Amino acid sequence: MIPLHWYIGLASALFCIGVCGFLTRRNLIMMLLSAELMLNAVNLNLVAMSYYLESLRGHAFTFFIITVAAAEAAIGLGIAIALYQHRRSVHTDSFTDLKG
Amino acid sequence: MFIPIYFWYSAFVIVLCGILAISLRNPVHSVLAVLVLFFHMAGLYLLLQAEFLAAVQIIVYAGAILVLYLFVLFLVNLKEELKLSAFVPGVWLGRSIAAGLFALLIWMLPSFTSGVKGNWPSAAVSQAGHTKALGGELFTTYLIPFEIAGLILLVALVGGLVLAARVEGEQSGRSGKSGQDEHPALPPHQEEVQP
Repeated sequence: MIPLHWYIGLASALFCIGVCGFLTRRNLIMMLLSAELMLNAVNLNLVAMSYYLESLRGHAFTFFIITVAAAEAAIGLGIAIALYQHRRSVHTDSFTDLKG
Repeated sequence: MFIPIYFWYSAFVIVLCGILAISLRNPVHSVLAVLVLFFHMAGLYLLLQAEFLAAVQIIVYAGAILVLYLFVLFLVNLKEELKLSAFVPGVWLGRSIAAGLFALLIWMLPSFTSGVKGNWPSAAVSQAGHTKALGGELFTTYLIPFEIAGLILLVALVGGLVLAARVEGEQSGRSGKSGQDEHPALPPHQEEVQP
C-alpha cells in the first residue's frame, strides 16, 4: 500500500516543473504546454485523495478539469495562431505593446 | 511488492519526462516527452482504481490535446524557432522560484491531515465498475456542473473558430515595427490558374 504522501509529493514535483516551464520558456505554445503539466499534477492529486478518502468527488473534479483543459488548449492555441498571423512570432518578448 | 516498484518507475518517468519537456529546445520533442508523461499518468490512474479517467486521459489528453499542439507547432515556423534561445533572459529566477515553491510544498506535506471519508470505498467502486459509479455521480450529484461543462466546450468551440479563422478580405497583418523581412508577406488573394 503506497502512502498518500508519495502521491502528493509526486504531484507537487510535477506542478513545480510546470511552474518552472511556464516561467522560463519563451515560446507561447510551450507555456501553454507547461500549464497542461500543472493541470495534470492537480488531477493526480485529486484522484489520489479521492482513492484514499473513499469518495468519487475527486474523480468528478478531474473529469471537469480535463474538460476545461481541452477548452483551454483550444482557446489558447487559437490565440497563438492569431498572434502568429499578426506578428510572425510566438515569443513572449515580442508582445510588448502595452509596455510604457 | 510489485505495486511500489511500479509506482516508483512511473514517478521517475513522469518527473524525467517533465524536466525533458520544459528543457528540450525543439518543441516537437517536448510534446513527445509530454506524451510519454501522459501515458504514465494514465498508468497511475489505473493503480488508483480510476479506469475511466485513465481511458479519458489517453483519449483526450494524449489523443486530442497533444495532436492539437503538434498541429499548431507545425503551423508556426520551427526552423526559425530552433535558431533562437528557448528560454527567457532571467531563466535562473524562474527556476529558483519553482524550486522554492517545491521546497515549500514538501515542507508543508507532513502537516497534511485527511478529512472525513466518503461513501465509495474501493471495494464498492470495483464491484459497481468505475465507469458506472462515476457516471451515476455525474448524472445525479453533479448534473448542473456537467451541463455547464458542455456549455464551456461549446464556448471553446465557437471561440476557437473565431480566433483561428482569418477574416475575409483582411490583409496578412504584420506590424511595421518588427523590421524583419525574412518572411515575405503572403501575396493577398493570389488567383489560382484555371486549367
